[in-house]
Amino acid sequence: MPDLTIPGYTVVHEKPRSFYPVCERKPEMQHQTHYCPGCGHGIAHKLIAVAIDELGIQDRTVLISPVGCSVFAYYYFDTGNIQVAHGRAPAVATAVKRSRPESIVIAYQGDGDLAAIGAAEILHAANRGEPITVIFINNGTYGMTGGQMAPTTLIGQTTTTTPFGRNVWNEGYPLHVSELLASLEAPVYVERVGLGSNKQIMNAARAVRRAIENQVKGLGFSLVEILSPCPTIWKMNPVEAQRRVLEETVKTFPLGQFRDRTKSAPARPAAAPVPLFAEIPAILGLANGASPAAKTMRSGETIDWRVRVAGFGGQGVLMLGEVLAEAGLDAGFEVSWLPSYGPEMRSGTSNCHVRLSSKPIDSPLVLHPNVLLAMNEPSLRKFLAPVEPGGWVFYNGTEIPQGCAGRLDVHFIARPFAEIAGNAGDARSANMTMLGALLEATGMLAEERVLAALRRRVSSGHWLEVDRRALDGGREAVTKGVRHES
Amino acid sequence: MTTPDRGLVLIDSEECKGCALCFEACPPKVLRFGELLNRYGYRSAAYAGAGCTGCGICFFACPEPGAITVLRREGRVCQNN
Ligand SMILES: Cc1ncc(C[n+]2csc(CCOP(=O)(O)OP(=O)(O)O)c2C)c(N)n1
Ligand code: SF4
Repeated sequence: MPDLTIPGYTVVHEKPRSFYPVCERKPEMQHQTHYCPGCGHGIAHKLIAVAIDELGIQDRTVLISPVGCSVFAYYYFDTGNIQVAHGRAPAVATAVKRSRPESIVIAYQGDGDLAAIGAAEILHAANRGEPITVIFINNGTYGMTGGQMAPTTLIGQTTTTTPFGRNVWNEGYPLHVSELLASLEAPVYVERVGLGSNKQIMNAARAVRRAIENQVKGLGFSLVEILSPCPTIWKMNPVEAQRRVLEETVKTFPLGQFRDRTKSAPARPAAAPVPLFAEIPAILGLANGASPAAKTMRSGETIDWRVRVAGFGGQGVLMLGEVLAEAGLDAGFEVSWLPSYGPEMRSGTSNCHVRLSSKPIDSPLVLHPNVLLAMNEPSLRKFLAPVEPGGWVFYNGTEIPQGCAGRLDVHFIARPFAEIAGNAGDARSANMTMLGALLEATGMLAEERVLAALRRRVSSGHWLEVDRRALDGGREAVTKGVRHES
Repeated sequence: MTTPDRGLVLIDSEECKGCALCFEACPPKVLRFGELLNRYGYRSAAYAGAGCTGCGICFFACPEPGAITVLRREGRVCQNN
């Protein structure tokens, strides 16, 4: 930063330390923010940065930037930053605050972001009393996208989506977010301020600082709504736009404190400490907490099993996938398991995508499986075509149905798996016979990994025994049974 | 001999976008447009050179992070008469 010392004078106000010295976003625009001249976002940013400086919390502040004109706030604030999906700042702020309770989390949101697409997030974060700070910029429009109506647009105001002015019969009334949130029990502090005059700006500075300080003190949810000029969309010069806030906007959105329990609110009970990463396996009851790391894999070998399991709901399709993924995890693979099913709890079709890979998994979707476990005919018909040449297809049935026999380029293992399960003890464990067949034919995983995964999932001793016999039955069906291989 | 001003305002013309909000905000009205355009093509604000009280309100009214720096004279006595 330039040296601004002048003999005989003391600097009383200068660029807050919580801002970066230069704007890094564009090499050719290092001196300037991307905001329009006279935009209220800039002033709101400054009030926040000054408060962070004054409270001495720069190193533990995490600013959540929204979608909207302020999407690039992270280029300006030299604090922790997360840029989130449209409207989701309160949800992400909740996560950050809960996982790092010592951090000071400030969600910054526009009125399209907070009051339209994100209306549910803010309502519930406030209702849960999340101990976060929300700075809510009400400029009555969607600035970034060119001036559409926001929930806060004034009655009669023209926007690109209300070209004849906002009509209450068509678009409803301006949404009073502060009043709405102040009707909830949990929030500690809700105030509406403006940027319409010197007095309003200094009052806004006080409110922003208070909302952040509340968090430092361990109090609950605090929100400041800032009536903010948007000269560009309002088609006014900055001075006119500021005056509009002072003279017009406040008529619809009266300034004031709608909730202030800053003095009476008890400090929230401290959150339970977050466990260390290394402790998680033990908390989940996984063996010794130690990672069994890649014992079944030879080093350097690239393995990429892409499995699709499909059948009727109730056949144990998802469970088969889970056992596979869990055993794979135990064996040191990277794994993913993605269920896909209709709204029915029983019947209907259901399928899941499972990946077991020696490399990090980019996507849990399995669009081109190298293993298909089809527990019924519709599933075979549906998922056979995308199976990769050289892949494995296990089908619960003795006859390969008409129209499916054409795949000569895959290993086809068709067995009456349900019947085999019935012989082993219970036809409902057909999923395990198919798993047994899969293990036998492909050698995908060691038996003990699968049994360990089963033991964790199946609490009844009886069913564990049934499943174990079914697994064996499936293995035998591959080694001894009639092979319908093409 | 005149009493030096209580305050002094420095403007980083490259950071200024010439929105003129500080002209409005300044109680003694000592801010105005400068003569030159900055490298971004904005005619930036400038201090008239005298009359700043060091109140600092222009700093808060300015939307740019560091376009304005406000200083106050140290001590009570004149230092540069
Ligand atoms: C999920 C999603 N929907 C829509 C958009 C398009 N979009 C970008 S900014 C914006 C509106 C932002 O308005 P506001 O929150 O009022 O902020 P402002 O730009 O006025 O500061 C919209 C709808 C998007 N980026 N993402
Ligand atoms: S469009 Fe409006 S809100 Fe967006 S930067 Fe410009 S003045 Fe600010």
